[in-house]
Amino acid sequence: MNFFFQLLINGISVGFLYGLSAMGFVMIFKSSSVLNFAHGELIALGAFFFLALVTWAKLPIAIAFLVTLAGCFALGFLIERIFLRPLIGEPLIYVIMLTVGLAAMFKGLMLLIWGGNLQTYPDFLPEFLTLQWNIITIPPAYSSALILGLSFLIIFGLFFKYSPQGIFMRSVADNQKAALSLGVHVQRVFALSWAIAALVAGMSGVVLGIINGINVHDLSSIGLKVFPVVILGGLDSLSGAIIGGLIIGLLETFTGGYLDPSLRDVIPYMVLVLILMVRPYGLFGLVEIERV
Amino acid sequence: MKKFHFHPCGNYRETYDQELTVFETDFGRLWTWVGIFILFLILPFLGTPYFLHVLNMIGITSIAALGLNILIGFTGQISLGHGAFIGVGAYSAAVLSTTMEMPFLFNLPLAGLIAALVGMIFGIPSGRLKGLYLTIATLAGQIIIEYVLVHWESVTKGTMGITLPRPAIFGYELSTDRDFFFLIYVSLGLMIFIAINLMRAKFGRAFIAIRDNDRAAEGMGIPIFRYKLLSFGISSFYAGFAGAIWAYYMVSITAEPFNLALSVEYIAMVIIGGLGSIAGSVYGALFITSLNEILRWLTDILMNMEVFTEAGVNVAPIREFFFGLAIIIFIIFEPRGLAEIWRIIRSGFRLWPFSY
Repeated sequence: MNFFFQLLINGISVGFLYGLSAMGFVMIFKSSSVLNFAHGELIALGAFFFLALVTWAKLPIAIAFLVTLAGCFALGFLIERIFLRPLIGEPLIYVIMLTVGLAAMFKGLMLLIWGGNLQTYPDFLPEFLTLQWNIITIPPAYSSALILGLSFLIIFGLFFKYSPQGIFMRSVADNQKAALSLGVHVQRVFALSWAIAALVAGMSGVVLGIINGINVHDLSSIGLKVFPVVILGGLDSLSGAIIGGLIIGLLETFTGGYLDPSLRDVIPYMVLVLILMVRPYGLFGLVEIERV
Repeated sequence: MKKFHFHPCGNYRETYDQELTVFETDFGRLWTWVGIFILFLILPFLGTPYFLHVLNMIGITSIAALGLNILIGFTGQISLGHGAFIGVGAYSAAVLSTTMEMPFLFNLPLAGLIAALVGMIFGIPSGRLKGLYLTIATLAGQIIIEYVLVHWESVTKGTMGITLPRPAIFGYELSTDRDFFFLIYVSLGLMIFIAINLMRAKFGRAFIAIRDNDRAAEGMGIPIFRYKLLSFGISSFYAGFAGAIWAYYMVSITAEPFNLALSVEYIAMVIIGGLGSIAGSVYGALFITSLNEILRWLTDILMNMEVFTEAGVNVAPIREFFFGLAIIIFIIFEPRGLAEIWRIIRSGFRLWPFSY
């Protein structure tokens, strides 16, 4: 039973992190229907940026975190301005391939600067975040991830629901031409959604880095694990991303624990193929699939 | 006397036959023969074994890139699993020739067919869904196949890999790079021939119709699901065929090279070469393989330079960086690839001095 609970807790925390990483991905898809294959690299960039600020520049943690978020926001903005702006109106395949190219470029750059070894942040989380509950202990890293994730979820949920910019973003996602003709500044919406997505990715990169250590390969492979998560949750649903992440995380840890550790990394993709065949719009996605 | 055909200065086609013609001008046909002559009678007898090795790799990658171009460029379906399908072909050939002890000449098409079958399984979601979902399905396919190749140890020998016997055609054993050169480029010629004619025939037209507007295509009576699956099958067949040759040429194979990076590399080839262009696939393979070799050579030089070894800088990731950069530059500045650049250069000459 003890083993079961440990797996459960592990699964929930891992799954929550997946959900967190998937949120930024969903945000880009929601507003511009672009599949961002560079998402894992954005996550890794956030983690490394924070690392550089904490260890090299020796900034205080809170300031370093805020600067990281601001930097990621600016980076997302720049990516959109430099690389994606010229492609507005081009077929979607070019945009997707561009993100694949960006992924390769960022990965090479990060490997060049920081190398492929595992690095860690200095220990800075306060002890009182450790949650103790009978036999179950939740380390501070996980509980802080929980707090961060929940607050981001609430903020963005409200943002999409009530703020004008959020409504613009939703309208662009729904129908670009109609939004344009009603006076929505589509280009600004794209730029903003990339900036926000990069910000969320950077944030989840920092959290992942605190928990697992920072490694280019590990962090960028999270970017691929985002796909089963978002397909399960529904490609355009923010809360679906979190729930999909939880399910995938639990599935992973339980297969790893009870069946075969090597199966752990493949099982999400098997589920992915299954979902695509049975219920392609996911659990919470908009049922708007065009059958061909 | 025969009337010679030259490049017209506009589109003056009047019949359907003219639309379907392979060689628009007599020069096209002439240059093709000259090219084949140079390729088979002069190139293999020039240069060092290294040069031949690079040429062979270009040939093999061209075959696989051709397959991917049929899928992406002609049918408009993005696949991220091409590297894995090449792996399926390579492993099929290896298992067929070691465990089953089948003759070499059967193994090549058989490996292609096995890869085609596997590819079509992962193509099934394309029947229900458009574009993006299929890309994700093939991504899953890539990762699942990679896993199977490593963990199905009774067949694939896991991380040990399989060593293949020397292939023999009617008793003649292929052993040198030059032997393989002929094998590879005859296959490539055959594959290009098949691809060109497939794309001229009803299949190619249906693929292009699906790419341009699938609803309209369905309205015209094209059974979309069947053709998408067929396109997947053809594309994976090319991948498997190339993989089989690759396995024989490399002698021993492991699952390691057939990863997602390889799939991305092939997509880069197709985009850099030119989507929807048969010649473009070959240009793309040529470009990427040469880039690979140049970067490897550059890394070797940099690795040996004292500044870098002392600073402990690892220059290997430079390759990945330039790959991404090449993809991005082509997409932004010339999304139709090298084939389009070549066409512009040619028409520049043809229309000189009034090129605009």
